[in-house]
Amino acid sequence: MTVVSATLRAGRGGRGERGRLGALGMAAAGVIVLAVVLAAVGPILTTADPNASDITHAYGAPAAGHPLGFDGQGRDLLSRLLTGARTSLLGPLWIVTLSMAAGIAVAITAAWVGGWLDSVVSAVLEVMFAFPGVLLAMLVAAVFGPGLNAAVLALAVAYIPYIARLVRSAALAERRKPYIQALEVQGASALSICVRHLVPNLLPIIAAQATLFFSYAMVDLAIVSFFGLGVQPPDADWGTMVGGGQSGVLQGYPAESLLAGGCIVVLVVAFNLLGERLSEGRPTSRPWPWRRTRAVGAA
Amino acid sequence: MSGILEISRLTVTLPTPDRPKPVLSDVSLSIAEGQAVGLVGESGSGKSMTARSIVRLLPPGARVEGAIRYQGTDVGGLRGAALRELRAGVPMIFQDPRAHINPVRTIGDFLTEALRIRGRVGRRQAEQRAVRVLGEVGIADGGRRLRQYPHELSGGLLQRVMIAATLLAEPKLLLADEPTTALDVTTQAEVMAVLDELRRERGLAMLFITHDLELAAAVCDRTAVMYAGRVMEVRASAALHDDPLHPYTAALTAARPSLERRADRLATIPGRPLSAFEAPDGCVFCERCPHVREGCRTRRPELRPMSDGEVACLRAEELQAASHG
Repeated sequence: MTVVSATLRAGRGGRGERGRLGALGMAAAGVIVLAVVLAAVGPILTTADPNASDITHAYGAPAAGHPLGFDGQGRDLLSRLLTGARTSLLGPLWIVTLSMAAGIAVAITAAWVGGWLDSVVSAVLEVMFAFPGVLLAMLVAAVFGPGLNAAVLALAVAYIPYIARLVRSAALAERRKPYIQALEVQGASALSICVRHLVPNLLPIIAAQATLFFSYAMVDLAIVSFFGLGVQPPDADWGTMVGGGQSGVLQGYPAESLLAGGCIVVLVVAFNLLGERLSEGRPTSRPWPWRRTRAVGAA
Repeated sequence: MSGILEISRLTVTLPTPDRPKPVLSDVSLSIAEGQAVGLVGESGSGKSMTARSIVRLLPPGARVEGAIRYQGTDVGGLRGAALRELRAGVPMIFQDPRAHINPVRTIGDFLTEALRIRGRVGRRQAEQRAVRVLGEVGIADGGRRLRQYPHELSGGLLQRVMIAATLLAEPKLLLADEPTTALDVTTQAEVMAVLDELRRERGLAMLFITHDLELAAAVCDRTAVMYAGRVMEVRASAALHDDPLHPYTAALTAARPSLERRADRLATIPGRPLSAFEAPDGCVFCERCPHVREGCRTRRPELRPMSDGEVACLRAEELQAASHG
């Protein structure tokens, strides 16, 4: 009896989860998890130093211990791809985290307070929209010197308006809902309502959008690195590798550019698919399955 | 007479694109401690707006004149923490409980949040109190209910939860905005009985908004009748019900169906209900009133004491004499 009902429950749960993301969404999530794991355990997989250059191996073919061969400076391609995965994943992660934090704070404040503050914030966001993120990142790099931090900060700022606009409109709609008013009448403070109710209830939208923005950030950061303004040599990064491999392409050794570019494309597609699936996800009765309610003490 | 709540000459004007429109004018009403006052009237007569004014839940840009005093303090001057204090102490029961409870949080979260944040009560203790109050509103298996989500409860149960939440605030005054309108007729009676009993037990004052004259008469000590943003008549519920002074109240009581009377058609009031901003210069009811005189169209009657209550009609004495004579 118990076994049967447990199986039924598990079966239902499993279908529900797959139904939400779909096979493609699950595959995309799998690719992302794989990339994160590979980036994390990279040094265990390959012993080669990603920055050790041996010019005698320039554009060398795959060999024992070097399954992907060498780049133009005789550095091991596999270890460079794996190390590059770290900056290529952490960079966008920082961009999304920073811009989300700032964008959500700005948007919620504007939507809650309304009036002139909302008008001012909206006007400032409009101005920021006019500035392409990549251009801003290059400008910052030109002023403060190239590097990953400058690029990440600049792109984070450039992404704020996109996030703020989305969250603001969602928050405006949510704020008008009766339960928010009911909380106000109960004497809850604005901060407490926003932190405990408004933002958590917007999280599904925010999470879906964050996934999409992650892929945009990845491409933008790769562009900045491609132009040599992001991660600085000799450190590895996929965008830098695509750029650095250019001369190899001309000489008939496209492996470096192709591999790094391929990694970017695969991950961007995966993040796009996942983001799309998440935003299409039907609202479920319990949007937060990980939120366990604690058992109640003796009644 | 000084009550727990004193509303005097409350006028609320809402901004609209073309011109500010009044929604309440010269509303005066007082509630004594432990007294239930009913507020009846047609849709758009300003019942809810009156209740919302008390906790200052008005649309942005609303202009408020007159005074609302709760336990002697002028509500209009409250800001920030003091306003939150007032709101926490004057809870409101809404018409549609499902829309007024965060759908993705548990009943337990809903009931204990205010206690834990405002009252700084521990989670265990807050939950025990919630279970006890749920018991009082007739929900026996409170421990299980706390872990459920709003969509798992029926409308009637959810309204009981809402009532429980207001009791947890340990209020002296309760605002009930058509608490049973959205419920099944059978559930209405149960929920109303629970609310009425708990109110009497605890000696709570209540402002009870309803469309239902009979219900107001059954539950409330006094009843105020509103029309077009104005109070037409305030009297002891039984008196208002049996012997209305204002022609509008009389028309309302005549219009309700009765078990004792056979009628092919129910009596109606000719015309349509007016909003406060469309009100004519004179008496707001003059265009639909069967007893209208020339004076009614030019002079606006004030709410004035008469027999055991207050009435806003120029011809009240005349009409009373005529009906009794």
